[in-house]
Amino acid sequence: MSDLLLPPGIWLILSGLLLAIADQRWRLPLILGAPLVALVGIWLLPFDATWSMEFLGHELRPLHSTTNGRLFATVFSLMALTGGIFAWRIANRVELGAAFVYAGSAVCVTFAGDLLTLFLFWELMALGSTLVIWAANTEAARRAAYRYLILHLFGGMLLLTGIAGHALNTGSVLFVPMQADSMARWLILAGFLLNAGAPPLSAWIADAYPEASPSGTVFLSAFTTKTAVFVLIMGFPGTWVLIPIGLYMIFYGIIYALLENDMRRILAYSIVNQVGFMVTGVGIGTEMALNGAAAHAFAHIIYKGLLLMSAGAVLYQTGKRKCTDLGGLFQSMPWTALLGTIGALAISAFPFTSGFTTKSMISQAAADQHLMIAWFALVAASAGVFLHAGIKFPWFVFFQKDSGLRPPDPPRHMLLAMWAFAVLCIGLGIWPEPLYAILAHPVDFQAYTGAHLVAQFQLLLFSGLAFFVMLPMMKRTLTITLDFDWFYRRLFLDLCEAFSRRTDRTRDDIYSLFMAHWHRLLGSLNRYHGTQGILARSWPTGSMALWAAVVLGISLLMFFV
Amino acid sequence: MRDAEKHWLVRESTIRYLWLALILVLALTLVTGLFIHQHQHFGWEDIFGFYAWYGFLTCIGMVVFAKVLGIFLKRRDDYYRKPGDSDE
Repeated sequence: MSDLLLPPGIWLILSGLLLAIADQRWRLPLILGAPLVALVGIWLLPFDATWSMEFLGHELRPLHSTTNGRLFATVFSLMALTGGIFAWRIANRVELGAAFVYAGSAVCVTFAGDLLTLFLFWELMALGSTLVIWAANTEAARRAAYRYLILHLFGGMLLLTGIAGHALNTGSVLFVPMQADSMARWLILAGFLLNAGAPPLSAWIADAYPEASPSGTVFLSAFTTKTAVFVLIMGFPGTWVLIPIGLYMIFYGIIYALLENDMRRILAYSIVNQVGFMVTGVGIGTEMALNGAAAHAFAHIIYKGLLLMSAGAVLYQTGKRKCTDLGGLFQSMPWTALLGTIGALAISAFPFTSGFTTKSMISQAAADQHLMIAWFALVAASAGVFLHAGIKFPWFVFFQKDSGLRPPDPPRHMLLAMWAFAVLCIGLGIWPEPLYAILAHPVDFQAYTGAHLVAQFQLLLFSGLAFFVMLPMMKRTLTITLDFDWFYRRLFLDLCEAFSRRTDRTRDDIYSLFMAHWHRLLGSLNRYHGTQGILARSWPTGSMALWAAVVLGISLLMFFV
Repeated sequence: MRDAEKHWLVRESTIRYLWLALILVLALTLVTGLFIHQHQHFGWEDIFGFYAWYGFLTCIGMVVFAKVLGIFLKRRDDYYRKPGDSDE
């Protein structure tokens, strides 16, 4: 089967291009077919298969199969499949096509054996995701897409500069584990981290993703941040600076989500929170931690996809996205409420869900390494996840006060996609061994011990109690919370406007000054040389003869004197 | 709406039972914790109900911190909208 040695992501990219032009009846075959072909391709590739070529004196590996790459490519293809089913009848063709190109380039990144290939598909992802946001076709979405694109092109520029420097320093562009020990590698790390939503530029996730269509946000939640986690695992394992960065992201996500009113922005902040766990794991860098980061990414894509599908279903059925407008929907959307709650339990790492069997590997690794601060922070954060996503999202959307809205459950294909992910959330929670088996390192971790179960139940149930005790303080308000994007959306804009206003005035002053002088010059020229000017008016012939006679007379007098 | 007309899950009586059930389950996790010993890494984990009070207190802390931060950073949700902009 060596002809299947085409990078598996290419199938998704090609189907994306077809989806953008094909009519409705080709949609379903493409949505179902391409991810399945990609999955077959991923799993038929022999381990360590490599496709090598020469370019500008550098060895490139457009296809290089690794265990981690296979793991991420698998879940990306699953996401394309399930997200595609969810989007089948509700997405427009631009969105669906762009989403598949986006998914395909994410899969291609996981098979990139060199930094140039990685960069190429990295940028293709940026374009695909921008189009997914754009395709929502609202003014807010178009603006958010612009900001998103500018930020990601900036990140791409950091990455490319870093890659060029790295190639100069080492003479190789192969993608191998690195240390952040030179300017070039710091730039590469910064480029990777921008896509992970690391500080200070975390705001783009909550700014851009919730502006996409109900199905668009589902795709967006999966690929960009998780390819960033993948390249961090492959490129910078054990880089200690990732631990504080990851912990910051975890708490940033919790605090901002607690303050947020828009249901999909709550979930977007919680993406930063979850990716923070993975980044911390990469920073810890032991086999257990890296396994934890990869497994958590796998589980996260599924339950976050499920959560955003349930939020998307609510948005699609009600046209509303603010918690202040929602509530009580469980009465008419029981399936959506149930499936969304399963996603919420999984993100909170409730026992018997996928979060329990994956995320806990990261805090276990922190304990094993005796990283006390990190461990205490991770435990507090696990409680915080239940608080800001696990209860807050289902509570304010499906329960709390009765909003009086009685929309029915969404169309069947949307429910089907949600069921598929809900089954995976619980399946991976009860039976994690298949996932453990495809991780990069041998797994020496037992999730289901009495101690772990009791600890997790105590932690989660008491944070649940805290939620209801603090409920009066959590009342939703019609507000947003300022973030770093204030600098480029407000301060920088205001500065530019002030600059433009002042330069405008100065230019007017200079112009009027110049014009005043010009008119004075013209006036004086006119006075002497104008039609009535002394130097330009016509002279009578008689006066000329008189003056000639005077001159002649004087010269005659002079002659005699 | 009268209580009896509401969905059974949101009636006052059900909510009272739900609270009762929650408190029972919370007590149960604490009691079970007495019999199962946590593996000690930092010397804290085996204190009575460590995960319970640690989770509870940190959650309260996070909500309060968010509230305080909100005083400084919260703005109306049309903050970034310019005059003359169309709908969302």
